[in-house]
This record gives sequence, C-alpha cells and structure tokens, in this order.
Amino acid sequence: MSLETIDLTLMCEAVPHLQDINAVFERGRLTAVIGRTLAGKTTLLRSIAGLQERIEGRLELDGRNFSALPPWKRDVAMVYQQFINYPHLNVYENIAFPLRRKHQADDVIRRKVEQILTMVGLSGFETRKPSELSGGQQQRVALARALCREADILLLDEPLVNLDYKLREQLREEFRDLLVARTDAIVIYTTTEPAEAMLLGDRVVVMHEGRILQAGSPAEVFDRPVSEVVAGIVNDPPMSLFPGALDGRGIALEGGISIEAAPHMAGLPPGRYRFGIRAGELRMDGNTLRGRVVFTEVSGSETSLYLETPCGALAVQREGVHVYPHGALVHVGLPAHRVFVFDSGTGALVAAPLAGAN
Amino acid sequence: MTGNLYRILKYAAVVLWSVFVVTPFLWALTTSFKTINGVTGGATYIPWLQYKPSLDGWHNLFGGSSGIDIVHPYINSIIVTASASLISIVLGTLAAYGLSRFDYRVGIVKNGDLVFFFISQRIMPPVVLAIPFFLMLQWLHLLDTRLGLVLVYIVLLLPIAVWIMVDFFNNIPRQINEMAMLDGCTPLGAFVRVILPNSLPGIIVAGMFCLVFGWNDFFFAFTLTFTNVQLLPTAIVSLNSSVTPWWSLSAAALISVAPLVLVAFLVERFLSRGTLAGAIR
Repeated sequence: MSLETIDLTLMCEAVPHLQDINAVFERGRLTAVIGRTLAGKTTLLRSIAGLQERIEGRLELDGRNFSALPPWKRDVAMVYQQFINYPHLNVYENIAFPLRRKHQADDVIRRKVEQILTMVGLSGFETRKPSELSGGQQQRVALARALCREADILLLDEPLVNLDYKLREQLREEFRDLLVARTDAIVIYTTTEPAEAMLLGDRVVVMHEGRILQAGSPAEVFDRPVSEVVAGIVNDPPMSLFPGALDGRGIALEGGISIEAAPHMAGLPPGRYRFGIRAGELRMDGNTLRGRVVFTEVSGSETSLYLETPCGALAVQREGVHVYPHGALVHVGLPAHRVFVFDSGTGALVAAPLAGAN
Repeated sequence: MTGNLYRILKYAAVVLWSVFVVTPFLWALTTSFKTINGVTGGATYIPWLQYKPSLDGWHNLFGGSSGIDIVHPYINSIIVTASASLISIVLGTLAAYGLSRFDYRVGIVKNGDLVFFFISQRIMPPVVLAIPFFLMLQWLHLLDTRLGLVLVYIVLLLPIAVWIMVDFFNNIPRQINEMAMLDGCTPLGAFVRVILPNSLPGIIVAGMFCLVFGWNDFFFAFTLTFTNVQLLPTAIVSLNSSVTPWWSLSAAALISVAPLVLVAFLVERFLSRGTLAGAIR
C-alpha cells in the first residue's frame, strides 16, 4: 500500500527539474523531502498532485497507474508554502469547501469541520475571513482543509517557511501531532530545514538538483550521509569540510595541523581525502585549531560561530547565547572519532563515525 | 499645530473641489426651472426671490408644447448601453480569464500581444472607425437600429472590460485555481466557484466603466442613427434650434446623468458594506 514514482522526469528547455525520480512513499508514514531551494521538491509534489504538465514517467497508487488522472479526480490534498485559502469564504466554508464538492451531508460536514477546528485550535473563528487572520492562523486553516478531506495523499510544501521563527517551532510540534493522527494516509512534507525533517519524518528523502541522492530513516541519513552534498543538506549549520591527507600516523590538514586517526578510519588506504565535522561536535575546550570569528549567529538558544582557521572555514555550534566580537581568537577541539571522511574526488562517503561513539 | 494646518488645508481642498464639481449641477438645476425671460435677464440663482420658477423646461421634454420627445431616446439609451455593457462584461471577463490563466501562442503572437491588441482598440481616435462602421452596418442593414448600435458599442466597451479584468485576474494567485482543482473542482468549476466570486469588485468596476463610456457616447450615436433610433445624447443636442432652450437642455442634462448617479450610489453602498473590501490580500 504505497505511492510509487517511476522514472519521473521533467525537462524544461533541456534543464532537468526532475530526473529519474524513483521513490516509494508508504501509507501511514510521513516522508520528509529535504533539499535546498530549487532542488525540485515543489515540482515533485506538483507532479504527484497532477498540476505539473509535460511530466514523463509514471505514478502508481497501490499498484494502479494514476498518471493520467486530472487533479480533481486524484485524491490529493495540498498545503502551500504561501498561505493559500479561498479569500471570499469564511473559515468554516473554507474547510467545508472540499467536502461540499463531494456532496457530503450538511450535518456530516458540520461535525467534521467543528472537530478539525478544535484540533487546529481555531474554534470560534468560523465566521472570520482569511484576511482577518494572522499568518499562522491562515496556515492552520489551510492545514485543516487538507486534513478534513481525509485524502489518500497529503502534500505539504514547506508549510512553515513563511512564518516567524517562534511560530514555526510551535506549529512544527502541532503539525507533527496532527499528521501522526492520519495513520492511513500517504503524507509527504518538504522542507529545507534539517531539524524539521528529522523531527517530522518517519523517512527522509534528500533531493538535490532534481535528483534523489539518498532515502532512509532520519538516523541513517543523518549518521551516514552518502556524500558531501547530502551532508551539506542535512546539517544546519553546514558541515565543515577540510582537505587533508591520511596516513599511518594520522590526519594532516592544511596549515600544518595534524590530528590522530580514529578507529573508524582504520581500513582506509592512505591518501588525500576531505574531512567533515558537524558544527555541534566541535569542542570549545580543545586546542586542535585556532580561528578568528568571522560571523556569529544566535538562533533560539544556540549560537553559531563561523571561524576562519588555517585549514579553512569552520562552523561551530554552541548551546546557549554567547557573544564573540568580530575577529576574536577562539580555540576549538576537533574530536577525530566524530570526523566524516569523504572521497576527495567524488565527494562520496568513505568512512562515517561509529554510531554511539561520543 | 502643523497637524491642524494640514487638516484645514485638506478640507479646504475638498470643499473647493466639491464646489467645482457641484456648481454646474446647481446651475443646471436652477436654469431648468427658468423661462426665456429668466435666462436672458442676467445671472440669477435663487428661485422665487430672483426669478419666477416655471416647469416649462420639464414639460417640453415630455412632449409639451414644443413636441420634443425625450422618453424614447431615454429608453433606447438604456437598452443599448445596458445590453452592450452586459455583453462586454460577460465576454470580456471570459476573454480576460483565458488571457490571464492560459498561454496562447499563434506564430509570434502571445498573450501579452493579444492584451495589447484589445487595448490598442482604444488608442486610435474613434473618428477613424466611423466610416468603416457606417459601411459595415449599411451592408448588414443595421444602420439606425438598436442592434447595430449595440454591436458597435461592444467593440468600444469590450477592450475596457478585458483590460480591467486581465489585470484583476492576474492579481489572484494561480495557486487558488490549483487548490480548487485539488479540492474537486473542474477548471470551469474553479472559475465559477472560486475565481468569479473573488473578482466581483473587478467586474463591478469594469461594468461601471462600460456603462459610463457607453452612456456618454455621442459620436457613434450621431453618425450611425438618423430618425428611427435616437439615443439620449443626440436627442439632447437636437433640442438646440434657432433659439437655444437652455431650460429644457438643463432639465435633459439632469435626467441624463440620473441613471449613472443611481448606479454609483448603489455600487458605493455595496462596496462600503465591506463585502468586497479586503477580499484579496
């Protein structure tokens, strides 16, 4: 019981927007599609909804090809990045709209709409027009309309991206609870934010330049990104990468910095690699690297530092709010057992830190 | 202090403009109750005090002593303007929706060129069209008929309707169409159930423009009709004979603006009820 995309391809004037997308989206699971802007996430959702023209390939729902069905005959609900509601209808009628198209009885509609309004926390707002609501409330109305239909396929296209930080975190939690309740539907959620994908997704699909680079559980994708590109997409702040050489004695980075090798690198032939480290795994008490602060960013309760070090640019994340003046000298420890090793040519992962080795 | 000054200046400007706009109407109103002596005897404004009011001007219009008939041109004008406006709005809305939502391409001609083609119909002076229209209506045996005038007015009004509505539809996000389709509407259903209700303000504005342009046209009403079908503007001008009957002209002018004033009031009531305000973010 699943939705399957087979060789889905979209070329626009020789530029591939989607390229050979083969993916299975299972019923009762939430799949988070993560990728940067223009990775093809929206195009993929629009293809599934039937809104994208000139698509090659096939879509199968439970083994049945439905590529030829027009949007209004597919059972697909969608929540857009922009808060799209029917401007002329009040909240109640907005949510009832798809139910009315299915000719459901008035009392059934009333019961369903009231129920969903309670779930999204908008009871009492029935007679408001969308323009009289805040952005977060508008997006809740859009979600309520999509949920209320009990559609086979529920698509959410970066639904939280246009909201402010605080509201985004709050709605992220709410959305998870609401979406988990829909156990029989195929739910696909696109995002650019790793935290969102990891929190929401039972499964994570990583897209880049119209292709799927990796698919798996959040832990798989996060702990064993198949390439530098995937590691870059699923880490925020991005994973720092340094070119260097590995030999029997250890790792020699540029700028004369050397660190010892960790057990997970044991089987690797000596040679040149690129070494990656997550911002959260650098220690502020160590003394492997010295760098000057280029840029500091505080988001919520975490501080991200961007350093210029002898071996390249480095992103460091610290718990709590810290203030560093521009140009301040910072010492960081580079724990070798948390270092990813990528092929210096192809960028493919050759060794990942052992799970649980902290 | 500056705030007060600003308010005083603002209201002064409003009052000045109101005087400018309203005075001609007041003047027409007093004149319509004058007789020939009242008009020629110098400028007078206040009835009973400065001149003796009379209903002659109004009597004349409705087949009084002079036998002028304003009722038939009035009905003709209403029929011709209303039908031409209605047809233009319906066709214009449909055309504009197509131009806004679908991509057409005939050779090098694309949507934007088609829209410009519509607007270009209003760029050339109407005089250019007079002779072609005359010949075409003659060939169709539609000269001096209401149908002929309706056809000509559609040519004049349709571009206005298309132009306003294209702009309006372009401001309604395409995602609303898509969402309506995902919610179970066919493309036509999405247009009728979602796009049309949201374009009501635009349709009303376009309708107002059509009514005003159609109602006020003198040139085509004058060149394409003779005796059978007279429209209000030509009828009013034809009141003018060796002696200009200012009192009748004034009365005619007043009743000729009445329908548009009425429509404007209705629309204003409708708009201020808030049904349309803020319909689109």
